Amino acid sequence: MLNFPIYLDNNATTPLDPRVLDTMMPYLTNMFGNAASRNHAFGWQAEEAVDYAREQIASLINCSPKEIIFTSGATESDNLAIKGVYEMYASKGNHIITATTEHKAVLDTCKHIEKIGGKVTYLSVNEEGLIDLKELEEAITDKTILISIMYANNEVGVIQPIREISAIAKKHGVLFFTDGTQAVGKIPVDVEADGIDLMAFSGHKMYGPKGIGALYVRRKNPRVKVTAQLDGGGHERGMRSGTLNVPGIVGLGKACEIAKQDMEQDTARIAAMRDRLEKELLTIEESYVNGSREHRLPHVTNISFKYVEGEGLMMGVKDIAVSSGSACTSASLEPSYVLKALGLSDDLAHSSLRFGFSRFTTDEEVDYAINHVKEAVAKLRELSPLWEMFKEGIDLNSIEWAEH
Amino acid sequence: MAYSDKVIDHYNNPRNVGTLDKAKNTVGTGLVGAPECGDVMRLQIEVDENQIITDAKFKTFGCGSAIASSSLATEWLKGKSVDEALAIDNMAIVEELALPPVKIHCSVLAEDAIKSAINDYRVKNGLPALELPKTHH
Repeated sequence: MLNFPIYLDNNATTPLDPRVLDTMMPYLTNMFGNAASRNHAFGWQAEEAVDYAREQIASLINCSPKEIIFTSGATESDNLAIKGVYEMYASKGNHIITATTEHKAVLDTCKHIEKIGGKVTYLSVNEEGLIDLKELEEAITDKTILISIMYANNEVGVIQPIREISAIAKKHGVLFFTDGTQAVGKIPVDVEADGIDLMAFSGHKMYGPKGIGALYVRRKNPRVKVTAQLDGGGHERGMRSGTLNVPGIVGLGKACEIAKQDMEQDTARIAAMRDRLEKELLTIEESYVNGSREHRLPHVTNISFKYVEGEGLMMGVKDIAVSSGSACTSASLEPSYVLKALGLSDDLAHSSLRFGFSRFTTDEEVDYAINHVKEAVAKLRELSPLWEMFKEGIDLNSIEWAEH
Repeated sequence: MAYSDKVIDHYNNPRNVGTLDKAKNTVGTGLVGAPECGDVMRLQIEVDENQIITDAKFKTFGCGSAIASSSLATEWLKGKSVDEALAIDNMAIVEELALPPVKIHCSVLAEDAIKSAINDYRVKNGLPALELPKTHH
């Protein structure tokens, strides 16, 4: 039985795994203690649960439990990493290198850094969505303190060459931070093998609860420190004050444990569904996959359907919950800056859909989605004057369009 | 965004989708908007010897409101005289479809398409193009 709309927006958020909810439940009810209460059983119980979760998380990304700093989510982790390093290493320099396709949580934080006097280099990406390692190395100056490049992109799923980036960072004595939000729990992420110094990730992208995330902060080779952005109490080794979100932490821990245990089989199944949908939708004339298909997360695909308009398309695929390449909330459409950075024209960026799969997605849902999208695209092209012109061999660029 | 029932109806069952022979002197074609703005409307009318619009067709690349605005325009055009068609105001479309403020530009585009089609018909038939008030989207 299908329930509508079918959820295929798992890069925005994932459903909470029932196993995670079961693990959290006691900490939302009877076991409500404050992990910082040292004087009674309520506090000890909470602290024990937090310690256990730290181990589950550390085990997934191959670090020490002491290197996990709990936050409210990836946005806070991104802020803490970038602003925290900027302040902590101010005597060493003020230059940060990032890329144009980063999440807004990184880009807006970098904008803030620029406002307070820092220097930021924004690397461009090629049409596959990958940064150029030579450009990265050339951008490093004696003032560079941090390279911030995401592990995998949220819109197209492209995985950056993390080990090559970290090698360059290490060679130049620069710290390497990665926003791992889309990658952790989905593909093997190993902070040791990958050479990562700081990494942000979040619970709700991997079947955990919302409102909980973490920042991995390396303790050895080198010992990394960040200046706290929240004051009060000195929790989390002084890097993030605030009463710990015990149920959230327990949930994140469990989500990590399940991810580690099920990743291989989940990935095989999810990638097969993704590949099937992609193959089917690419049989539609003038449809294109955006970003690298080789260096990509297994659970996402981003496809543009030329000559149909994005908002009209979203209305046509109302039975599935997907994300579009344009923000159509205002009169002027804003095409996705990520797709633009990959070199897509505005019209192709507008007419793109992102499909994100989860461990709960079924083959039946994928079948439905394939037919639903095919029908919507066909219907809208029947309505589209641009499609008709394309079919008549008219070059759309040769037409003088009215100024809008 | 919530669409009105009328917009949804026009989106699901667009009226008068299609193409008229633009080479014919009795056919006027209006093509307005631009792909990079996310809206392109093509509206065509067929006019008889009494200056009555006997047929109207459209194709639109755009959001649901743009599709509905042009679909509605073709419904209204059929049977009207050219002069009556010139009097169609975008706000009537806004009202009929209950378009929200961010979608008013769709109705403006439909009005532009009507006027542009009429002008095309006029020029083809040796009449001077009408000076149209410059609209802004």
